[in-house]
Amino acid sequence: MAGLLVLVFALSLLVGRYPGPMLLSPERFANDELAQRLVWNLRLPRLLTAVMLGMSLSAAGMVLQMILGNPLVEPGFLGVSQGAAFGAAFSIIFLGSAAWLVQGAAVLFAFLGLALSYSLAHRARLGGWVLRLVLAGIAVSALFSAGVGVLKYIADPLRQLPEITFWLLGGLWSITWAQVRSVAPVVLISLYVMYRMRWRLNLLSLDDATAFSLGVAPGRERALALTAAVAATAAMVSVSGMVGWIGLIMPHIARRWFGADARHALPAAMLMGGLFAVVCDDMARTLLAGEIPIGILTSLIGALFFIGMLMTRNIRAER
Amino acid sequence: MSVSLLAFDQISFGYPPNGKTVLRALSLEIEPGTVTAILGPNGAGKTTLLHLALGWLAPQSGQVRLNGRPLSHYSRRELGHWIALVPQSERIPFEYSIMEYVLLGRAPYLAPLDMPGAEDCRIGAQVIEQVGLSHLNGRAITTLSGGERQLALIARALAQQPRLLLLDEPTSHLDLANKVRLLKLMQELAARGVTLLLTTHEPDVAAAIATHLVLMRDGQVYQTGPLPQVFTAEHLSATYNVTVKVTQVDGQRIALWT
Repeated sequence: MAGLLVLVFALSLLVGRYPGPMLLSPERFANDELAQRLVWNLRLPRLLTAVMLGMSLSAAGMVLQMILGNPLVEPGFLGVSQGAAFGAAFSIIFLGSAAWLVQGAAVLFAFLGLALSYSLAHRARLGGWVLRLVLAGIAVSALFSAGVGVLKYIADPLRQLPEITFWLLGGLWSITWAQVRSVAPVVLISLYVMYRMRWRLNLLSLDDATAFSLGVAPGRERALALTAAVAATAAMVSVSGMVGWIGLIMPHIARRWFGADARHALPAAMLMGGLFAVVCDDMARTLLAGEIPIGILTSLIGALFFIGMLMTRNIRAER
Repeated sequence: MSVSLLAFDQISFGYPPNGKTVLRALSLEIEPGTVTAILGPNGAGKTTLLHLALGWLAPQSGQVRLNGRPLSHYSRRELGHWIALVPQSERIPFEYSIMEYVLLGRAPYLAPLDMPGAEDCRIGAQVIEQVGLSHLNGRAITTLSGGERQLALIARALAQQPRLLLLDEPTSHLDLANKVRLLKLMQELAARGVTLLLTTHEPDVAAAIATHLVLMRDGQVYQTGPLPQVFTAEHLSATYNVTVKVTQVDGQRIALWT
């Protein structure tokens, strides 16, 4: 799987619309200085971002599914993604569109979204904990979406609106080395934390009393895993916009192919997520003359896959 | 005088937020090597008592002692070496294989970021053999029948190599054959020196395996002692507030109701 990712990654460096559509031949690459600059300054940071994006969303999706004991959640379900988008839009309109400001606001509001979902779930008076959390997440997401709608309405249609629209559709066309450098530390640390905790995640998927009887501190360890998942998601959303479905679909495929034990399923989901994001981004920049927002592609493919999964195999969701 | 394995000393407990009292000044001692069954009506506080023994719930007043030492003086991992819990029904949301699930029982012996090694797998295979699930080894736990699943839960608890095993209604939802299988397994464990503390709604299950009996009523211990002295028509009738008769067939006590 890792080998496949490296191979596709290398191949993707040569795929694009320069000099002609599709593949850039290796000889041409060796001789053409413009091609070298293009690959180095545009495609490489973009592909690295795609890999980090896919890995972060998949890992975060799996972590959320495991610590909530519910195979049907993903980062977008808890107000995290919508919070980040709202933060970004808010910053673009009221604070300015400097990269660090927009990203900072996105991360801040992502955590705020999660905190709101969590505290709302605590106060809700309906159903079990997981159901309450998912419902609270839907409500908070809707609030932030409405907020984004208001912000779009008051945004300057020439300057600010295009920037905001970018957030909502998701895309990697503007990625520069500076952005890669700005998110890489947070993302890599978060991915490492989730990777190291992977066996622990199995324990956290059990009921609290059982987890406690196994020497686990369920509250604290869940909070740590959750923080890593949200930090990685928020950081990636802050540069790539909202990209849906990867966090829901990849963990499912990983579990089906490699078993439910997160010792194997988590690394597999990360690699597959990276692979999927790179392939989607390849399609985003080559299929049409213009760029297709990657969020549209992941949603399209992800939703189709999900429908297929719903019809071929019963998804286990209790509570 | 020998030290009790587990001692509840004047325990009071109520669940937040309103703090309605579940247990009131309850005292109870569990001796090592015994099989103790807790009987009592719904809501008498049986499961709460197990959760207090586990340290998962902390009493509002009073003290729980394990081997003479207050429970709060043990670390979580240490407690995991001493006590294992087989919950009444465990929600397992993902399709772990039996081995993957049983290995979770090794967690108290592993450092926080460690993963189970060869020795843990050996112990896992051994306890799976012990509960009689070796022939199903590769199967996902979510595909097992109710009885097999209960055995898998016990195997996970046994992988902890506990000295005290807490079982919350281990035989509910089981058919007769599986019930007999489970009771045999519990007798084997007792013979190996594991102390068992179980709750049950079935007096006959208690009579079949317990050496000691605890009758609970309204958050307090109504009667406790060796089974023959406590398993009487008078005490059972008073516990459940219905008329119960006790008879014996081949030396085993049976509760009948009219």
